[in-house]
Amino acid sequence: MLKDITIGQYFPGDSVIHRMDPRFKIVCTLLLIVTLFAGNSLWTLVIGGVFVLLVQILSRIPGKLLWKSLRPILPILLFTAVLNLLFVGDDEVLWEWQFIKLTMGGLQMSVFMIVRIILLIVGSSLLTYTTSPILLTDAIESLMSPLKGIKFPVHEMAMMMSIALRFIPTLIEETDKIMSAQKARGATLDSGKVMERIRALIPILVPLFVSAFRRAEELATAMECRCYRGGEGRTRLRQLKAGARDYIGFAVSFLFMAGAVTVNILSK
Amino acid sequence: MAILTTEGLTYTYSAGTPFEKTAVDHVDISIEDNTMCGVIGHTGSGKSTLMQHFNGLLKPTEGKVFLEGKDIWADKSRMRDVRFRVGLVFQYPEYQLFEETVYRDIAFGPKNMGLSDDEIRHRIHETAQMLGLTEDMLKRSPFALSGGQKRRAAIAGVMAMRPKVLILDEPCAGLDPRGRAEMLCQIRDYQRKTQSTVLLVSHSMEDVAEFTDKLLVMSKAKLFCYDDTAVVFRRAEELKALGLRVPQIASVMGALRKCGYDLPPDLYTVEKARDALLSLLRKGAAEC
Ligand SMILES: Nc1ncnc2c1ncn2[C@@H]1O[C@H](COP(=O)(O)OP(=O)(O)OP(=O)(O)O)[C@@H](O)[C@H]1O
Ligand SMILES: [Mg+2]
Repeated sequence: MLKDITIGQYFPGDSVIHRMDPRFKIVCTLLLIVTLFAGNSLWTLVIGGVFVLLVQILSRIPGKLLWKSLRPILPILLFTAVLNLLFVGDDEVLWEWQFIKLTMGGLQMSVFMIVRIILLIVGSSLLTYTTSPILLTDAIESLMSPLKGIKFPVHEMAMMMSIALRFIPTLIEETDKIMSAQKARGATLDSGKVMERIRALIPILVPLFVSAFRRAEELATAMECRCYRGGEGRTRLRQLKAGARDYIGFAVSFLFMAGAVTVNILSK
Repeated sequence: MAILTTEGLTYTYSAGTPFEKTAVDHVDISIEDNTMCGVIGHTGSGKSTLMQHFNGLLKPTEGKVFLEGKDIWADKSRMRDVRFRVGLVFQYPEYQLFEETVYRDIAFGPKNMGLSDDEIRHRIHETAQMLGLTEDMLKRSPFALSGGQKRRAAIAGVMAMRPKVLILDEPCAGLDPRGRAEMLCQIRDYQRKTQSTVLLVSHSMEDVAEFTDKLLVMSKAKLFCYDDTAVVFRRAEELKALGLRVPQIASVMGALRKCGYDLPPDLYTVEKARDALLSLLRKGAAEC
């Protein structure tokens, strides 16, 4: 079950999307997110959906994987949908029962919210699925490098991010292992009252923290042994270089988003 | 009587993703009660995966697992009971210790079984003694023990549940030679005393040769064979082809036999080999 968490996971491949410059991919994803949340007409969402679908087909990431990344957030999705349904309202009442009032506006809002969140998750999953964590942080560092001017520790931030990303799967695996081991000793994790459930977490959290700290210490030592001293004067093995393909990809994405925004303005 | 049986057991990791991997492939096996069974196989051959099916931690993609003749997945609500009857100690179990004292950590399993405090105390002391943990260690924090002592504490946590089948995944990994020998002796004594079944996953042919009655050999997710240890080690050439080997002493004896010395075929422990060589030498001296 924990293995189903695919956040930050990378699925190697050799598609056009995989090979695109990660900086452009990040910018395109940001564009998508902004468009999705700025637009409030049906067409914005349709264009956004087509764009995401196009990227998915080009990247050859199986739909099943995207479904997997969506599954953990289903409860949140439902929750937002219900909230919107109940608390956003206009005059067009569809159904009424005591104090509960369902309106057309609420229904519209909750459908929009669901589609937006789904597209948001799928879009950003496509980014992480097709970009290795190392490239991703390289790209973030490169995009944020102007901030170095105001003494913002860009390199350190990027390094911290790449370490965190790198260790998500490791920690998940470790949690899985510890859970299995405690289950083998008869621990019950999914039944009982709230207090019992909280208490049942102790046998998992204690070993997990102990091993996370141990890992952190080992990693720090290993980095120091290789004379890591922060970003000063550090060169890279992989230089990010944008080519014609990246500009074309970016242009296409930009056109999509521009189209979505135009449609949004026109439809008002 | 067979205690653990599998039928067409198959398990695939990450089915439906690019990382799909069949780690156990149609394994049919039947393990007897009251045996010390070694489990060997090349790295990645699926040993650990197979072991996790025996107590229901992994659900077979295909096939069935029977414990004392009953399908363990027939009634999910009895799964906990299965876990108490089949104890599993993972590789590097010392990373699972969590309690304030060693005593309380060992008590975790028996407590989950709902045993009385007296019974728990009795079992802990008995187990601690079997594994060479002193009274003083029981009172300490598990994090203040040495690596080998931590390992023992973690193993004791499962042994104290007195499972019918105890599975140990490489219990000696990372121990010094003396620690290994001690640990293996203690495990064998435990097996003899409790008359239970112990499955011992190991990479050391010398260890399994000396301490096990039966051997289960895995190769590339398939069961290669399951037989008496002596019988398995007679198939030296085939084992070599799997990336395994026979104990060093067995190779030496095999080479001597090829040179024409009259030695029996199943000499795979140092002791037996020594006795055979001594008797051969005496015979030689008598003939001179
Ligand atoms: N959690 C997992 N997810 C995906 N694949 C896995 C996982 N665990 C193991 N595998 C794969 O399954 C195969 C069998 O692994 P397993 O751990 O059972 O081997 P093993 O025989 O115990 O090896 P070792 O002797 O190194 O412990 C390996 O190829 C491994 O890559
Ligand atoms: Mg293993």
